Formats: sequence, structure tokens, C-alpha cells
Amino acid sequence: MRLTGKTTLLALLLGSACAGAAELELEVEIPALNVAEYHHPYVAIWVEDTKGQHQQNLSLWYDHDMRDDEGQKWLKDLRLWWRRSGRQLEFPVDGFSAATRPVGTHKLEFSSNSPVIKDLPGGDYRLVVEAAREVGGRELLRLPFQWPPQERQEIVKQGSNELGRIQLVVKP
Amino acid sequence: MKKLIAAALLAAGIGAVSQAHAHRAWMLPSATVLAGDTAWVTMDGAVSNSLFYFEHHPLNLDQLEIIGPRGEPVEALNRATGKYRSVFDAELTNDGTYTFEIRRSGLAGMYKLNDKPVRWRGSVDEVKDIPEDAEGLRLFEMDNLMQVFVTKGAPTYETFEAQGVGLEMVPVTHPNDLFAGETSEFRFFVDGKPAADLDVVLIRDGIRYRDQVDEMQLKTDAQGSIFVEWEQPGMYWLETELEQPGKRLDNAKRRMSYSATLEVLPL
Repeated sequence: MRLTGKTTLLALLLGSACAGAAELELEVEIPALNVAEYHHPYVAIWVEDTKGQHQQNLSLWYDHDMRDDEGQKWLKDLRLWWRRSGRQLEFPVDGFSAATRPVGTHKLEFSSNSPVIKDLPGGDYRLVVEAAREVGGRELLRLPFQWPPQERQEIVKQGSNELGRIQLVVKP
Repeated sequence: MKKLIAAALLAAGIGAVSQAHAHRAWMLPSATVLAGDTAWVTMDGAVSNSLFYFEHHPLNLDQLEIIGPRGEPVEALNRATGKYRSVFDAELTNDGTYTFEIRRSGLAGMYKLNDKPVRWRGSVDEVKDIPEDAEGLRLFEMDNLMQVFVTKGAPTYETFEAQGVGLEMVPVTHPNDLFAGETSEFRFFVDGKPAADLDVVLIRDGIRYRDQVDEMQLKTDAQGSIFVEWEQPGMYWLETELEQPGKRLDNAKRRMSYSATLEVLPL
């Protein structure tokens, strides 16, 4: 793994929020689709600044355990994520990648205890969720938030194709 | 007026060349942005009127070279030549940018022998072998370059260097990092020097499904650069030509061309 600091994400993902720590709570809905051939979408979740500069990967769901790493082949279909981050990474990446997820709402929690989030300079950011599906389409949603949070922020976006309801709650 | 010129050219026995000129030679990659441990790209090559349709001739792959991200040669596999197109594959094992190119340099000529038009190709040394009773001999120096860029993983720039012969393009914006709504810079060189005031044409694929070709016409600035504002994603064919007095032969014309196929993705 080339990028320093990324391994700490493991702690970030697994760690529970301590008292006093700010928190990102994310709900990502993978919608049920009425299609003949359905595959779980690849999903990348990251933080960018207001200029679109990539700051931090939070999650990557893809076919990470296919034979001969065949599943990596389609990561470039997460077009924006591939350009901003993916193409610079060496796979497999530790800490933020995992298997694809089925239809339903998936909850993710990120505590600010991690040095990664703690080092995020104060300012305006966007949480980006990008989904791409084999023999399907692609969709990208951006949820703006402020860091560190002064007060509770709740941002909800509704996807129209590959993503369902996305909710981000940022707590001081 | 155009008809008159065409008639004059035909009379001079070079109609064949002006006709061949109307055709476009191109390569079309299966993908330009790839991911994974190892990746394959398959390439079509053809000479045709309309882009990117197979309707005239397969592309001659004799001069094909594939240059890997560190300058290493890569083999073209599974070559095949059909009625209208050529095909080959390449396996990309290293991360970085691969250049697929066909460089053709040499002399071409035409003359009449016993009232029959003859087309000739050869080197400077072979000019003396042209029969003495050849009539209306016209010789052209040719320097043609065609390129396609393909990247696995992160784009690399190390192999973008002008060799100093003919028309060449050195990307400033990486050619596998082109997105609709953005502006890209490409720099052109003639014999290694910035090529100012060069006319560059860009044509997007899918001509069959629209009424106009809608080509973009750009001119290089004093530094040899064009700045392309991509309005739409797609596969684009870029071409520029230049004619100069002969460099290797007196009383010959020198014809240079550069073409590339570039993919622009939607953001």
C-alpha cells in the first residue's frame, strides 16, 4: 500500500465513537431494481473539498475476492473515484475496501478519533457516493458538510437510478 | 473551382493520390482507461472515409510499434487482417501509459511510363532506379505518424517525447485524462521545433447518426499548442497535416501528417 495514513482507516472504520468525539453517520441505500440481470453495484465513498479535490477514502465496495483479482477490472467504471483516487492506489487496498453489498440500507459510522479525520483541516467538504453497476448505470451524489461540526448536520439526498436514499448525519 | 483543380490533378496523373488523401487512416482501441492486475486491449485499424466505420481498407500494421510505460516494447498479438479492418491485441502488464504508433517515413512518387501511370515508393538511394524515360516524375517525402494512448492504472508521462522528425504531438494534458466540460492542451512539433499556426482538426465518432460532421478546427499558437474544449464525451480523431519543400531531395515536396484517436469521458 502506497498511501500513508490509509491503514489508520481500519481503526476508523472499526472504532466506536468515544465520548466527545465528532462522528459521521452515513446511511446508503442500494435500491431494488427490476432488471433481468442484476449485480450488486460497485460503490466508492470519499470526502472531497469544495473544489473537488480528493481528501479521504471512506469505503469501497467491489468484488474484491474474485479469482485472479478479476473484480479490479471494473473499478474504473467508478469514473470519478477512479480519476480522483483509485488509479493511484495499489490493490488490494487495506482498510476501506470490502465486498459489494446487497439491496437495502447500509449504515456506516466514522469517528473523528482517527488521525485521518482529525487531521482534516476545518472547512467545507462534500461526502461523495458513486455507484456503478455491471450491465447497469452509474450515479453520483454529493452531500455537503462542515468539519469539525459545530452543531448536528443532517443532509439527505435521493438517488434516482443506482442509488436510493443517502443520509449523512454529522454530530459534534 | 474545386472541380477544375481535381481535373487538373487527374490530368497530371496524380488523381490517385488526391483520392487516397480523402481517406482517413485510424486505429480504434477497445478502451483507453483500464484497471486491474493485468489488462488486455484490442485494437481495430482501418482506412475509411467516415470515422470510425470499416468501409474501405484494412490498416497496414507492418510499422506498428507498442511502447510501454517505461519505454519497453510490447508485442502485438493475434494480428489479423480482414477485408475492411486489421485487428490486434496487447496485454498490459505494467501500470502506466502505453503508446501504440505507426511511423511511416519514406519517398513516394508518380510518373508515366509508356503512357501508363506508375506509383512508386522507395528510399533516397532508390530514386536513381526510376527509369530514365519516366515522364512527369513527381516525388514526395512522407513523414506520417499515427498514435493511440492507453493507460492502465495511473497515467504516466515519461514516454511523451518528440523524436524530432516530422509532425509530432506532445500531450500537456494527459491523453487518457480527457473529460467533457474540461479544456485540454496538446503541443505540436515539426522536426522537434514548436509548430505554430498549424491547422488541427478533431472529429467525434458517431458521424453516421448525425447530419453534419461537426468537426472542430483549431490552430496552434506560437508555442505550438492547441486548447481543446471538449463539449461532448466520445472517441475523437485528431489530425493535422503540413506540406513543406523537400528536405532530403531537391524539387520534391515534403508531406507530413499526425493523427491520434483520443477518448473523452463524461464526468
